[in-house]
Amino acid sequence: MSITVKDVQHVAKLARLQLSPEEEAVFTEQMNAILQYAEKLNELDTENVKPTTHVLQVSNVMREDVVKESLSQDEALLNAPEDEDGHFKVPAVLE
Amino acid sequence: MSKYETVIGLEVHVELHTKSKIFCGCSTEFGAPPNTHTCPVCLGHPGVLPVLNRQAVDYAMKAAMALNCTIGDVSKFDRKNYFYPDSPKAYQISQFDQPIGLNGWIDIEVNGETKRIGITRLHLEEDAGKLTHVDGGFASLVDFNRVGTPLIEIVSEPDLRSPEEARAYLEKIRAVMQYCDVSDVKMEEGSMRCDANISLRPVGQDEFGIRAELKNMNSFRGVLRGLEYEQFRQGEILDDGGVVVQETRRWDEAQGKTLSMRGKEEAHDYRYFPDPDLIVLHIDDAWKESIRETIPELPDARQARYSEEYGLTAYDAGVLTSSKPLADFFEGSLAFTKDAKAVANWMMGDLLGYLNSNSLELSQVKITPQGLGEMIGLIAGGTISSKIAKTVFKEMLESGKLPAVIVEEKGLVQISDEGAIKQIVEAVVAANPQSVEDYKAGKQKAIGFLVGQVMKESKGKANPGLVNNLLAEVLNG
Amino acid sequence: MLSLFQYRLPELHNMLQSKEISVSELTEQSLAAIADRDSKVHAFLTLNEEGARQSARALDDKLASGAARGLLFGLPAGIKDNIVTKGLRTTCASKFLDNFQPIYDATVVSKLRQADAVTVGKLNMDEFAMGGSNENSAYGAVRNPWNLEHVPGGSSGGSAAAVAAGEVLFALGSDTGGSIRQPASYCGVVGLKPTYGLVSRYGLVAFASSLDQIGPVTRNVEDSAYVLQAIAGYDAQDSTSAKVDIPDYLSALTGDVSGLRIAVPKEYIGEGVDPSVREQVMSALKVLESLGAVWEEVSLPHTEYAVAAYYLLASSEASSNLARFDGVRYGVRVDEGGGLLDLYHNSRSRGFGPEVKRRIMLGTYALSSGYYDAYYLKAQKVRTLIKQDFDEVFKNYDVVIGPTAPTTAFKLGSQTENPLTMYLNDILTIPVNLAGIPAVSIPCGFAGGLPVGLQIIGKEFDESTVLRVAHAFEQHTDFHKERPQL
Repeated sequence: MSITVKDVQHVAKLARLQLSPEEEAVFTEQMNAILQYAEKLNELDTENVKPTTHVLQVSNVMREDVVKESLSQDEALLNAPEDEDGHFKVPAVLE
Repeated sequence: MSKYETVIGLEVHVELHTKSKIFCGCSTEFGAPPNTHTCPVCLGHPGVLPVLNRQAVDYAMKAAMALNCTIGDVSKFDRKNYFYPDSPKAYQISQFDQPIGLNGWIDIEVNGETKRIGITRLHLEEDAGKLTHVDGGFASLVDFNRVGTPLIEIVSEPDLRSPEEARAYLEKIRAVMQYCDVSDVKMEEGSMRCDANISLRPVGQDEFGIRAELKNMNSFRGVLRGLEYEQFRQGEILDDGGVVVQETRRWDEAQGKTLSMRGKEEAHDYRYFPDPDLIVLHIDDAWKESIRETIPELPDARQARYSEEYGLTAYDAGVLTSSKPLADFFEGSLAFTKDAKAVANWMMGDLLGYLNSNSLELSQVKITPQGLGEMIGLIAGGTISSKIAKTVFKEMLESGKLPAVIVEEKGLVQISDEGAIKQIVEAVVAANPQSVEDYKAGKQKAIGFLVGQVMKESKGKANPGLVNNLLAEVLNG
Repeated sequence: MLSLFQYRLPELHNMLQSKEISVSELTEQSLAAIADRDSKVHAFLTLNEEGARQSARALDDKLASGAARGLLFGLPAGIKDNIVTKGLRTTCASKFLDNFQPIYDATVVSKLRQADAVTVGKLNMDEFAMGGSNENSAYGAVRNPWNLEHVPGGSSGGSAAAVAAGEVLFALGSDTGGSIRQPASYCGVVGLKPTYGLVSRYGLVAFASSLDQIGPVTRNVEDSAYVLQAIAGYDAQDSTSAKVDIPDYLSALTGDVSGLRIAVPKEYIGEGVDPSVREQVMSALKVLESLGAVWEEVSLPHTEYAVAAYYLLASSEASSNLARFDGVRYGVRVDEGGGLLDLYHNSRSRGFGPEVKRRIMLGTYALSSGYYDAYYLKAQKVRTLIKQDFDEVFKNYDVVIGPTAPTTAFKLGSQTENPLTMYLNDILTIPVNLAGIPAVSIPCGFAGGLPVGLQIIGKEFDESTVLRVAHAFEQHTDFHKERPQL
C-alpha cells in the first residue's frame, strides 16, 4: 500500500488540518516511509491473536448515579476565545 | 393502490432520565441557565477522563430487554470521531460493534392488524450540546448543559411500510420506554428524537430503492408529515423516471417540506475505535436477571389483560394502554368504582377528547383517578345525573376537587323528591298548553320539549327518570 | 552554605521537620538555581515563583503550628507541562495552549499538594509529549545539562534536565513510549515509569490513553520510591486506575538482590545498540552478579515489531485525543472570518507543530475507513504478542534488564530530518509501555562524557522489586552522585 498526495489531502480534511503544498509533499513521503515500515507487522500471523485495547485485567468500572457540583458559568467560560450571554460563541458553518 | 412500496427504518434516540450525566457527575436537569451544568469532563477539557454511570447501563439494559433484545455478555464503548461545535471532545462516546442490545422486536397495530417490527440494535451513547444560531445565521452560541446526558439509540430494521406504521412504531417505543420508566420520552423537549431512512421501490421488487435520511422531525405529527412528504416527493421523482439522490434531508415544519442538507453531504468517516479511557463491560446472568426483575407489565400485556379482565374492546384497551400515565389512571380509578367500562368510556370520551382538543398531557389536568371513580359511583347511586356529571367532570379537570365536594359546593345534588318534581311538572304543564295539546294529538316530540322545560326549571338537577314518569302520569292522568 | 540539593528526600524531610532549614529557604534555593542555570538548560516553560513562595510560607506556618505534615513536606518540585495545574498556565509546549489556564488540578497535582510539596513551575517537553529529543517544543528545545550541544531526550526532557541541573529536588514526567526513562538515561537521573494504572491519569493531557503513565524523575532511587509513594493509588476519576494495595516502597529498598533472577533479552544488547552503551550495561550486570544476582540471556522475540505497533496505536489514539483542540472552548483561536471550518483548519494548523501534525495524520489514516483492520487492529494484536513475550520471561525471572536507549544523548538537530530514525531510538522502552509493566532507568556509567542509563523492567505492580534492584546497584556505584558542571 502506498499513499498519494490525494490520500494525504483527504486525511488532512478528516483531521481538520490545513496543509501547505510543501507539507502535503513532505507528509506523503514520510507517511509512506512509516507505513512501509509498519508493513513489517504483516510478517506475523495474528489470525488467532486477540487484540489488546489495554493491559488492565479489570472490567465493569462504574460510578453511582450521584449529582456533583458543576462549575460556575464563569469558570466554564474562563478560557473561551469568544463568549456571549453565557454561551461559547463560534462562527457558523458557511456553505 | 400506489405502484410503489415505501420502506422505512427509524433511528430513535431516547434520553435516559438518570440524575447525573453518563460520564460525569453534572446534573441532567432540563432548563438550567446555559453552561451551568458543566464540568471539566463534559466540557472536554484537556486531561479529563470519563467514568461510566451504572444507572445509565441499567436503564439501557432494561430498555433493551423490554424491546426483546438479546443482551450481549460483553459490551464496550467506542469513539465516534467528528468535528462539530456541539461535541466538546470532537468525538462522541458511543458503541460500535458490541452494543448493549441486539436483535429485538416490537409489535405494532395499524388498521386492526398486528405487525412485528425488528429492532437491529440498541446502544448507549452521550448526547451533544445545543447550538443556537445568532447574528443572522453567521454565528452560533453553544450551551453544553445537555452534553453527556445518557442516550440510547434504537435502530429498527427497514420493516416499516408506511408513515402510519412509522408513527405507530414510534408511539409503541415511547410507551415501552414510559412503562420501563427510563425516560421522560417527550419529543417536544427533545428527550425522544427520531431520524428516518425512507425509500420507495416498485411493488414486487426485492431490492431496496435509494434512500434519503430524514432529520429534524420534532413531534409525532412531524414524523408522520415528514415521511408522507418524502414518500410523495420520491414517488414524483420515480414517476418522472428520475433517480432519488442518496442524501440527508431536513424536515421543515413551517414550510411543510423536506430540504436537502447541502454541505453536510461530505461522506462521513467516523473512525470508530474502542475508547481506551473506558473499560469493557462484562454483563453476567446475575446482572441481567436483576434488571429483568425490574421490568413491569408492558403495554401489550396490559392491553390483553384489560380486554380479558374488564371486557374492554381491543381498541379501547389499546388506547388506554398506549401511555403509561393513562393506563395508571384507569387502574387507579378502579380502586374507587367497580365499573371499568364506565371508567373506560369517560376516559375515551370526555378525558381524551378534552386533552386532544386542548393539546394537553394528562399530567397537565388536575382530575384524579379517585375523582373519576367516585363520580361514577355518584351517578350509579343516583346522587347526580349523567348530565350533571359532565359539569362535575369539567370542574374536576380544572380544580382537581373530588366530585362530592363539587356537588356540595355547587348544590348539584339530583332532586329525587317526587313531590318537589311533581310541583315543577305541574307548573310546566300549566304553562305550556300548546305542547300539551300537541302531545295529546299524538305528537310524541312534544314530550321531549316538556321534559326539557322541567329540567331547565330544576336547573338540571331533577332525576330524569322521575321527570319522565311523572310527566306521563300528569299528562295521561 | 552547603547546597541542600546534596541530600536525599527523606533526609531533607527530616531536616525540614526539625527546622534545620525552612521551607522558604529551600524554595528560594530552588528558585535561585533556576535563575542561575535555566537560561542555559531551558527546562522551565512557566515559573510559579509567587505561588511557590506563598505555599512555602504557608507550610512554614503549618510546621510552626504543629499541624500534621505530608510526606513531601516542603520539597520543591517541577511538573511536566502536560499535567494540568489549576490557575497555573499549562501549555503542553504547544502554541495552541499558549494562553491556557486549567480550571482543575490533575489528581497527581492534588496529591502533591496534599503531601505538602511546593510546585515551582511547569517543565518543558516535546509538544503534546510527542518526541524523544525535546526539539519538538514550541518554546525551544531543552539542553542536556551534561553537554548543552546535546538533547536531553524526550518527551520529559525538561523534567530530566531540571533534576539533573539541580533546579528542583524532583519532577513529574509522563511516559508513553519511553518519555520518562529515555531522558532520565540521557541526563543521568532516575526515571520511573510505573505499571499502567498505578498512578492516576486524570489531568494528564492524553497523548495515547492506553499507554500514558505519570512517574517521578529524581536524583536517586530512594527519592523515586519516596515520590512514587505519594502519587500512586486508586483514583475513582480514572476508570483505568487499578485497585491495588500500595506497598511501602521505601521499606522494599533492602539492598538485597541475592538469588535474584535477571533476564537479559538478546534483542536489547544486540545490533543497533552502541558498543559503549552495551559495555556499561554489561558492567552493571557484573555489579549485580557480585551482589548475588544471576543473569541469563533470553529472547523477547517480538521486540522488533514494537516500534511499528506503537506508532500505529499511539498515533491513532492521539489523533482522537487531540481532536478536542478545535478553538471552540479554549486555546488559541485563529478566526479570519471564513466560517467554522476555516476556524478549525487555521487554529489547528497554526497551533500544532510538524511532529504533532504528522502523528495526527498517521493516526487518522490508520483509523480511517478501510484501513482499521490492517493497521490499528493488527497493531493491537501485535501488542498482545509483545505482552506475551514478557509474560513468558517473567515466569522464570524477577526482572528484565537492558539499556534504556541504544545510544547516549545525540546532538541537537542531528536527527530531525528523518522521523523514522528518531522513532527507532525508542525501541528498548516502547515494549514496556505496550505490556503496561513498570521500568526504571538509572545511571550506570558514562560514554563520551554523557550518561548511560540502565533499564530495569519488572512484573506488573512489582515496582518494589524494580526499585530494590535499582537501589542495590546504586548503593554499590557512584554514578548517581556525579553532577554536570554548569
